[in-house]
Amino acid sequence: MAKMSLEDLRKMKDEKKKILDRREVGENDIVIRIGMATCGIAAGAKKTMEALFDEIEKQGLNETTIKQSGCMGYCDKGEPTVEVKVPGMPDTIYGAVNEDFARRIIKEHCVQRKLVDGGHIFDRPSRDILKE
Amino acid sequence: MKNFILVCAGTACESSKADDIYKNFLAEIEKHGLKDDAQVIKTGCFGFCEKGPIVKILPDEAFYVEVKPSDAKEMVEEHIIKGRFVKRLLYAGDEVGDKENFEASDIQFYKKQYRIALRNCGFIDAENIEEYIARDGYEALAKCIFEMTPDQVIEELKVSGLRGRGGAGFPTWMKWNFAKNAEADQKYILCNADEGDPGAYMDRSILEGDPNSVLEAMAIAGYAVGASKGIIYIRAEYPLAIHRLGIAINQSYERGLIGQNIFGSKFNFDIEVRLGAGAFVCGEETALIKSIEGNRGMPTPKPPFPAIEGLWGKPTIINNVETFANVPAIILKGGKWHTTIGTKGSPGTKVFALTGKINNSGLVEVPMGTTLRDVVFDIGGGIRDNKKFLAVQTGGPSGGVITEKDLDTPIDFDSLVAMGSMMGSGGMIVMNEDDCIIDVAKFYMDFCVEESCGKCSPCRIGTKKLYQYLDKISKGSAVEEDIKKMEDISNAMKLASLCELGKTAANPVLSTLNHFKDEYLKHIVDKKCRSGKCKDLVSFVVNDKCIGCTACKRKCPVDCISGEKKELHVIDQTKCIKCGECVAACKFKAIDKI
Amino acid sequence: MKTVEVKINGQSVQADAAGSILDAAKLAGTKIPILCAHPDLTAWGACGICIVKIEGNPRLVRACTTKVVPGQNYITHDPEIQKIRKTVIELILSNHPQECLTCARNQACELQKLATDFCIREVPYDTNIMDLPKDTSTESVILDPVKCVQCGRCALVCQSLQDVWALEFLERGEKTRLAPSADVLLDESPCIKCGQCAAHCPVGAIYEKDETDKFLAAVLAKNTHVSVQIAPAIRVALGEAFGMKPGSIVTGKIYAALRKLGADSVFDTNFGADLTVMEEGSEFVEKFLNRKGDLPQLTSCCPAWTDYMEKYYPDMIPHFSTAKSPMMMQGAMAKTYFAQQKNLDPKDIYSVAIMPCTAKKFEIRRSSDMNSSGAPDVDLVLTTRELGRLIKMAGIDFENLADEKADSPIGLYTGAGTIFGVTGGVMEAALRTAYKLVAGEELKNVEINPVRGTDGVKKGVIDIKGTAVKVAAAHGMINVKSILEEIREAKKTGKPMPYDFVEVMACYGGCIAGGGQPYETDDKVRAARTAGLYTDDAKSQLRCSHLNPEILHIYEKFLGKPCSDKAHKYLHTHYQKRPVYKK
Repeated sequence: MAKMSLEDLRKMKDEKKKILDRREVGENDIVIRIGMATCGIAAGAKKTMEALFDEIEKQGLNETTIKQSGCMGYCDKGEPTVEVKVPGMPDTIYGAVNEDFARRIIKEHCVQRKLVDGGHIFDRPSRDILKE
Repeated sequence: MKNFILVCAGTACESSKADDIYKNFLAEIEKHGLKDDAQVIKTGCFGFCEKGPIVKILPDEAFYVEVKPSDAKEMVEEHIIKGRFVKRLLYAGDEVGDKENFEASDIQFYKKQYRIALRNCGFIDAENIEEYIARDGYEALAKCIFEMTPDQVIEELKVSGLRGRGGAGFPTWMKWNFAKNAEADQKYILCNADEGDPGAYMDRSILEGDPNSVLEAMAIAGYAVGASKGIIYIRAEYPLAIHRLGIAINQSYERGLIGQNIFGSKFNFDIEVRLGAGAFVCGEETALIKSIEGNRGMPTPKPPFPAIEGLWGKPTIINNVETFANVPAIILKGGKWHTTIGTKGSPGTKVFALTGKINNSGLVEVPMGTTLRDVVFDIGGGIRDNKKFLAVQTGGPSGGVITEKDLDTPIDFDSLVAMGSMMGSGGMIVMNEDDCIIDVAKFYMDFCVEESCGKCSPCRIGTKKLYQYLDKISKGSAVEEDIKKMEDISNAMKLASLCELGKTAANPVLSTLNHFKDEYLKHIVDKKCRSGKCKDLVSFVVNDKCIGCTACKRKCPVDCISGEKKELHVIDQTKCIKCGECVAACKFKAIDKI
Repeated sequence: MKTVEVKINGQSVQADAAGSILDAAKLAGTKIPILCAHPDLTAWGACGICIVKIEGNPRLVRACTTKVVPGQNYITHDPEIQKIRKTVIELILSNHPQECLTCARNQACELQKLATDFCIREVPYDTNIMDLPKDTSTESVILDPVKCVQCGRCALVCQSLQDVWALEFLERGEKTRLAPSADVLLDESPCIKCGQCAAHCPVGAIYEKDETDKFLAAVLAKNTHVSVQIAPAIRVALGEAFGMKPGSIVTGKIYAALRKLGADSVFDTNFGADLTVMEEGSEFVEKFLNRKGDLPQLTSCCPAWTDYMEKYYPDMIPHFSTAKSPMMMQGAMAKTYFAQQKNLDPKDIYSVAIMPCTAKKFEIRRSSDMNSSGAPDVDLVLTTRELGRLIKMAGIDFENLADEKADSPIGLYTGAGTIFGVTGGVMEAALRTAYKLVAGEELKNVEINPVRGTDGVKKGVIDIKGTAVKVAAAHGMINVKSILEEIREAKKTGKPMPYDFVEVMACYGGCIAGGGQPYETDDKVRAARTAGLYTDDAKSQLRCSHLNPEILHIYEKFLGKPCSDKAHKYLHTHYQKRPVYKK
């Protein structure tokens, strides 16, 4: 891979920022982010992720991206933590997502477009120092 | 967009009629035929139990507190149908004046948090450097290389007031400046990722969630002091962090963000990872250096300080993971910005691993100067099971306990020391009335006994003796004089140990003695343990409520309960193992734990 | 030396600018108590007893590891400091067996002295004594980890002075213990038995294997002729055991004491040293003049060095002089030539050697070559310290003994033999004779200064009538490495050899500072003992081995000529590659 110049860095930043901020996503693009730090994995995040993948395939949600990220801080009751971004729905963070719940997220939240009842719904930090 | 009505169904809210609220909402939605427009769901605790029951309506982020079942009607008619907030129920926090613009997420777990070191944790894919770049990654390094001189970089850090997050809080710029001014053909930047305090995992989380921020900061340090080599010393017990670091290093090398001629400039910086076997003492910087050099991890006297004479005798900067994670943000946003957060003496934030008898344990980053009460009761959601708060242990085995009276003291490096504890790496363990302070001190001393490197006699022998006295106290075999002996030993450890870990290893004893002398005396003189944790000081006795049902007798695992049917039972104290099974089995409250 | 002015308890003193507070205090006549620090070693600040205050600084620092800063005032003693020191000593005592009366270091123990000085009448804390076995696997030293105070001196000596790495600390925290590397038995470890660990141990955790009982038994046994030899370095050190100054020459008193102890014949290893010069010198001259065999020739008198070489540098075997050590030659001659002369059955001779060295205990059994007389050439090795104890046990008033002489025909020695006990001495002695062998005439000034002195490696070029002999002498194993690497490099690249003749002694200073010598050896003591040996040499009427009439006799009557077949049978040996770890 070519080494980056400062211009390359800036260009990449601008491009990726749009994607990260979901400014350039399609109507049906779904992004699911799962906390895969040690605490998440210990709480079963790998199985949760497998279930998500499996259910996405079953439901034929082709435009779905699954990403992994680090710890969001909800170590006790929150792991595994799954953040779901579906167009037309509020961005939602579900906590304590086991395999069953993961399948329900795909079926209910992503397909039927309703929040999954009976789970832990968490908040994300309201302040982002990089955007201030 | 469709509305979502979230009804908190956490234990606390549940007990205050959350279920009725939920049912009423369902009925109202049904009644108005809004099934397709609104969904009612029960959620877990929002961690704001003192204002429960809580109802949150999305996507408006409206946060309603102290909701009564009868409010459901008005909320549906006003908020869902007419799209107007029900102002009388909206939460108004201290700092939130404008109710209607108030965002729910400002409350609870994150409200009092401010994330600098954790700015990317949980947001970006740690295995994809492009997401880090999208979050201004490596922009700070570019700024240093193209717009700043090494002196300016150090000056920016000086202005920022950043102090080392690994323990004692030494000003970061000073370390960098010493190393910069030291003449040498080679200098090193070491990242201390040998996080070892019990209950602490801040550094691990940063490396797992945002490894590139550490790499970038190390390169900035390299630029500032004139070092071309960086080593991350990480404990082998952190396999995922090591894996992610490896990916981040590969990706940044591929893109030329570390390595030779970064951004086409003349600046070179290489980074490698060294695995440690996980000895606590290897988090001490001189022992860490010894370990990297292939020797037994034992501290060496300071001076010489590593910044002058460190790895292989060369000037070496050692900062911990969290300190580094702060650096790119400071460079980007300026040192001055950093001073607007936190306290005068300790600007910025601190990440804590909040654990123990608390409702929301987790990883939190708060501005310095936040009070313990905020951390424990607001962010942490208070004490689990509504028990009484006893103390918070900060600073791990080098720290001490902080009690009720200091809950409202703003915490920073200096105030913690004044309270007889220390920041340490940021472990924060909350204890409640079920905990025994002797037991807590014993736990930490046991850790110190195991983890003392064994080099200097005050620490090696002192920790063991202190543990033995604590053990005696917990068993009721200590005498009052022993407290004096413990103080003598602690004092000798404090003044005659070689490294900081040894000097502070007696802190758990000194601090608990200071705050809970009465508990010590209760154990020693009265032979009683308030919490019942010290089993040798507890006995189970049958009182006259016993009807002789034999339930306890059948349950007892060591057959130490005698007595015929319908006769008063007796527990043989010499055989009793104090498991408490009899108490659980008795339906008549006929067994007392005394 | 650059000096700076600092204050010790307010008193100004010009201290070494690179020195420690401990050094400065010494200059000011103030004694700061220490346990782990030792003048031979780089201080590493383990024990925590030498803590002092820097005026104006709330923290205490270690005097041993803290460098002086100009202008600072150091408070070395005040009630608070003394209280902390006392607590630390009490803590150490609480982990130390209270077995002083039966301890090898009783009355010569640094911890005992500290306990005395600090008026400790009881150990206030519960005791924790480790439950670990003694390591008695070697012939030389006994390791008692239970008594160890974890000061680290032994490991530092073994690693940084001797470069052997046979000792280290294992585990951590309260379980930290002294042990042979890799937790094997000492005998299976890389240990070269030099005994420097025992010489530096402040307590009784490592000490020489005491075999005084065997001596007493031999003297008691009927029909046993006890024949004793004393090594060069003994004569300038044994006096210390009786309160005499280091370096006092007590040769005649030792002979007398040995006879009082029951020795039937008393010889001097210096004679064996003269014999060694004849053999090793001839071997060298043969190689040097005829370019037969590998040069440089390496000396082989030191058993610790031999052991080190066999383990770490077996490629040097061809360079090794095959000549045995003076002790082994002396022993072999006692059981053959002497026995023959006196009509004694060699089986009835019990051959004892008094040595400054613990490795010598191992050497007498190192291979079957050590039994050239048909029985062990030396049956028993006692160290200087053990002899001191035997003399005390026998109630001999050592200081006032009248001097006696050694027995004939293998007791007479020259000055060349006596300087074997000091670094450079073997080389110097050999060169005195080699000169004669090469040049055909006597060397006029026999004092060869390039190989004298305390530098770790001494190099020189000796001119023998126009022929240059490149020599080097190294002492302290850490100093040997550079020379061996130079030789290796030359062999590999085919470049000219940097040396023709190299002397090695394992202990820093040579045998005068051997692992079996009286305690408290430091550079001052080394210098005094060295001066003693050079004085003994200078006073000698004969200063070259080949002029020793008894040496001439033995060749004439028994051995033929140097390096003859007979000489080879009794006076030479073989070497073999040995694994660094036995297992």
